[in-house]
Amino acid sequence: MSLKGKAYIAGAFEHPTRKAPDKSVAQLHAECAAGALADAGLTKDDVDGYFCAGDAPGMGPLSMVDYMNLKVRHVDATDVGGSSYLMLVSHAAEAIAAGRCNVALITLAGRPRSEGQATGTAARAGNPAQPDMMFEYPYSPTVVNMYAMCAQRHMYEFGTTSEQLAWIKVAASTHAQYNPHAMLRDVVTVEDVVNSPMVSTPLHRLDCCVISDGGGALLVVKPEIAKALKRPLVKVIGNGESPKGQMGGMVDLTYSGARYSGKMAFDEAGVKPTDMKYASIYDSFTITVLMQLEDLGFAEKGQGGKFVQDGNLISGVGKLPFNTDGGGLCNNHPANRGGITKVIEAVRQLRGEAHPKVQVPNCNLALAHGTGGSLGTRHGSATLIMERE
Amino acid sequence: MAEQRKISFIGAPDTNPEVKPYWDACNESRLTLRKCGGCGKVHYYPRGICPFCFSTDGNWINASGKGKIYSFSVMERASPPFTMAYVTLEEGVTMMTNIIDTDFSKIKIGQDVKVVFLDSDTGQKVPMFTPV
Ligand SMILES: [Zn+2]
Repeated sequence: MSLKGKAYIAGAFEHPTRKAPDKSVAQLHAECAAGALADAGLTKDDVDGYFCAGDAPGMGPLSMVDYMNLKVRHVDATDVGGSSYLMLVSHAAEAIAAGRCNVALITLAGRPRSEGQATGTAARAGNPAQPDMMFEYPYSPTVVNMYAMCAQRHMYEFGTTSEQLAWIKVAASTHAQYNPHAMLRDVVTVEDVVNSPMVSTPLHRLDCCVISDGGGALLVVKPEIAKALKRPLVKVIGNGESPKGQMGGMVDLTYSGARYSGKMAFDEAGVKPTDMKYASIYDSFTITVLMQLEDLGFAEKGQGGKFVQDGNLISGVGKLPFNTDGGGLCNNHPANRGGITKVIEAVRQLRGEAHPKVQVPNCNLALAHGTGGSLGTRHGSATLIMERE
Repeated sequence: MAEQRKISFIGAPDTNPEVKPYWDACNESRLTLRKCGGCGKVHYYPRGICPFCFSTDGNWINASGKGKIYSFSVMERASPPFTMAYVTLEEGVTMMTNIIDTDFSKIKIGQDVKVVFLDSDTGQKVPMFTPV
């Protein structure tokens, strides 16, 4: 069954906070939920499906449904890291198409900044029962050194340069200057990026995303409900998801699961990359963006560096305006999971509600893509294509 | 030569029969791999069931301990810095590891490396690689 047009995104809310030492994680989730409901013109009592991922405290949907006192008939807690919230939009569309719910609420929130997490630079000790743990933890894998190995291999195979990667940050910072909530609003240059301190070769500090508190929420609803509301209509027309791992030791760091999830989403939507007026591309690191652009088909494999340079991702300048909120690189990466903000900015663009300085004229087709987990080991990929009706 | 960071080990090979032979062999300074009796392929990390054909008919084989660097990253932000890597072994599989006992600024993809074994905090020896 195709999910094309089976669900609409009727509400989207990004919490304005970037540092929330005085709030609980559950409280942030609920504030995001309230924000999305107000945005859509719906109430808490309209929600009959609840969707969350690993950032939800306690026992995921059980704890959060109880905290918010929701009366729902469908829950889903698929956790694939930062890509979860794009996948949850698709799962909400599936549930709506199957008649399991009509108004699906998705929330994300976290406080890694207030809690002082060394998000990218400390090895995370997981459950010893995780089958890869003994074979990886002794080597001190961190988020940044895993993505850095992807960048190193990309440079080796395709001649990609640090300057090309830097253009991704330059584009994000050019957009972030117009976002009053963005953590980093200073426009940076290629030189600023390549001269910033090296974290893990070849990735510099400015190749890495911010660490922020905050969250976001989305409301995915059935078509009849979307059409009865007063908001512009944002229809979900393409969905794709794919996990990718080490393939039994046949490790290949040159591509991501976006190769599969992107194709699924484009095939379902019946459109192609060049049709996209805007793209939200997961930007945990600059290399994440470059690989996804290739795997989604915006650039040929190995040509991502040439594609992103000279401002090609800057709204009003280049061919593919991306992350016009400033993205994870400059604006927000709440709970270390940037998937929901990718969808939210795409919704703003499709509604014509992005900042006027970065709004894409007549933005009627947009893509949002997420990569969650670790690009260098195991990651989830999720692609959404949305259309303004 | 860089200072060697402390190696932390997680898990208990003694109570995990699926991978205990691998870790016991490391303690004898031998690198072993799992080869499937069904499809004949070698895989990594070792499993009791083949990730290519789901056969449970696997055997432990001795690896040559030689390989080439597939990718790496010098974690300069860490103290002391260290080099994360994927090494492709002669047997065809690629494993996560560290590159040690060398000038990190001279490490290259494609470089020939060989296995060495280092003590972790639990006393369990862990395979790492150094340039040939
Ligand atoms: Zn087999």
